[in-house]
Amino acid sequence: MSTAPATAPARESSGIRRSDLPAPVVKSSRSRRDNIHGWAFSAPFLVFFLMFLVWPMISGAIMSLTGKSLTGANSGFIGLANYTEAFADSDMWRSLGNTLYFTLISTVPLVVIALALAALVNMGLPAQWLWRLSFFSPFLLASTVVSLFFAWMYNPELGLFNDFLAKLGIPPVAWLNDPSVAMWAIVIATVWWTVGFNFLLYLAALQNIPQQHYEAASLDGAGGWRQFFSISLPQLGPTTVMIVILQILASLKVFDQIYQMTEGGPGGATRSIVQYIFEAGFTGYRLGYSAAISYIFFGLILLIALAQVFITRKRSA
Amino acid sequence: MATTTLSKPALQPEGSAESLPNRRPKTPLSRALATVVVSVLAVAWLVPFAWATVTALKSETDAASTPISWIPASGFTFDAFAKVLQSGNIPTWTLNSLFTSAAITAITLVISASVAYAISRIDFRGKRMLMGVIVASIIIPPPVLIIPLFQQMQSLNLIDTYWALILPQVIHSPMVFVLKKFFDQIPRELEEAALMDGAGRLRIFTTIVLPLSRPILAAVAIFVFIGAWNNFLWPFIATNESSLLTLPVGLQTIKSAYGIQYAQNMASALLAALPLIVVFLFFQRQIIRGVATTGLAGT
Repeated sequence: MSTAPATAPARESSGIRRSDLPAPVVKSSRSRRDNIHGWAFSAPFLVFFLMFLVWPMISGAIMSLTGKSLTGANSGFIGLANYTEAFADSDMWRSLGNTLYFTLISTVPLVVIALALAALVNMGLPAQWLWRLSFFSPFLLASTVVSLFFAWMYNPELGLFNDFLAKLGIPPVAWLNDPSVAMWAIVIATVWWTVGFNFLLYLAALQNIPQQHYEAASLDGAGGWRQFFSISLPQLGPTTVMIVILQILASLKVFDQIYQMTEGGPGGATRSIVQYIFEAGFTGYRLGYSAAISYIFFGLILLIALAQVFITRKRSA
Repeated sequence: MATTTLSKPALQPEGSAESLPNRRPKTPLSRALATVVVSVLAVAWLVPFAWATVTALKSETDAASTPISWIPASGFTFDAFAKVLQSGNIPTWTLNSLFTSAAITAITLVISASVAYAISRIDFRGKRMLMGVIVASIIIPPPVLIIPLFQQMQSLNLIDTYWALILPQVIHSPMVFVLKKFFDQIPRELEEAALMDGAGRLRIFTTIVLPLSRPILAAVAIFVFIGAWNNFLWPFIATNESSLLTLPVGLQTIKSAYGIQYAQNMASALLAALPLIVVFLFFQRQIIRGVATTGLAGT
């Protein structure tokens, strides 16, 4: 494992990508054999792909048109009734709203803090491994571990947070029990947990910026801040677009830490759309209805993906 | 999709991605300031670990007494760890997590690498469509599938089996894309020579392509393993029986079982966190490079 990476750079520096070249020999001999080989190599993946991705997508769509229940009862085909019910379901809209709210207030710090940390660490600090270790290691924890840690720190009487506030003379906060604070408490835990991932991506991107840019700039007398805003930031543009999009898509799927810390409470104030899907199916036993909400959620994700394609096209055009 | 926008760093040369100090001249003052700021933040980042550790080393009485303190009145004790290890299922859950994550990683690597190789190298009918479908599938969020997958597993009678945990978790379309891009960069000459010598496709794939691809295979394996190890939602749905739970799911049941036993809660959480943290300490470079390599793959 440790010796292997040496092969990669040689290939990159060869300059020409093989795939960019016409490959006449291979092209002209598209044979029956190639067809067989190609599909044979693809077959194992395809089997899983069809069974555990394509088929559930289809059966979910079908299910969403039925009154299927977890108890086995099935009221049969009911057309779009589940969808019309969902669109009139204020709990569904509230969960969707909570999800969008979480996405907004988590994406901003998860991107900005990651960038700031990466920029600071990239200033040639000593002990690079130490910073990576500190900021990235929480990412390796299961959501349950993170939730246990933070629920304990948010404990009203015995928690670190309120203890800290008390030392500053600030009255205690009901972190997970106050509807106006709970989502922020979840965001704090989430930032601690996952910001290290974006931090690593930014750090890698920063280190890919050619040194010459900075050398030229400092010859021209540009200072550190200037260099950051006029070189680093623009060079990080594509990375930032990608990180933001990935982060939005990841935040929209939020479930674990909310379910574990507040179960969606207090009073549904933190319930996410994935939790609503989960509950409609497994506590409400309404698989058909749950499948319909799944598809509404999928529709939202598709819209955002389309927006992404639109934005990146525009940028590269 | 915007697949080409960020194709640059397939894999970075060993040195450049880390440890190489930035040669950019910086005033000592600004660097010292940055070091202070980053140090303070790094310490803050370690507080949850430290507080969990201190709590786990307290007696339950000390853990639940006010005012809270970093140094317990009756001294540190391993009682909570001992209790959790004696009465709990944590060793079983750890093995379950290890087994299912390893199986998921192995299957994912085999099926993804072979389809990626086919798409990269073999000129077969329908491969463009195949690649298109795989890339398009990246957009499907796993939570959308839980209801139909549960139904499917139920009708196959696989709920509460390892199969239910493993099978639905082996499709990682972004990883197919990452692997294909890497294979594209391997010079074809190597394979053409072997083809001339009459070597079969499978032989070329296993003896030439795969050995050359070790860094990317390691990166993909790391990414998939971490994801599988920590996955919560699907295992939470697919298993109920305590002896089959994975660590993250088992931990969730502990929370409700132990209730207000804070020291034991933290001891359990730390025991659950330990395996990956230890692995990380040993393979820090590989893991960080792996994440940096595959992290943006989904786009």
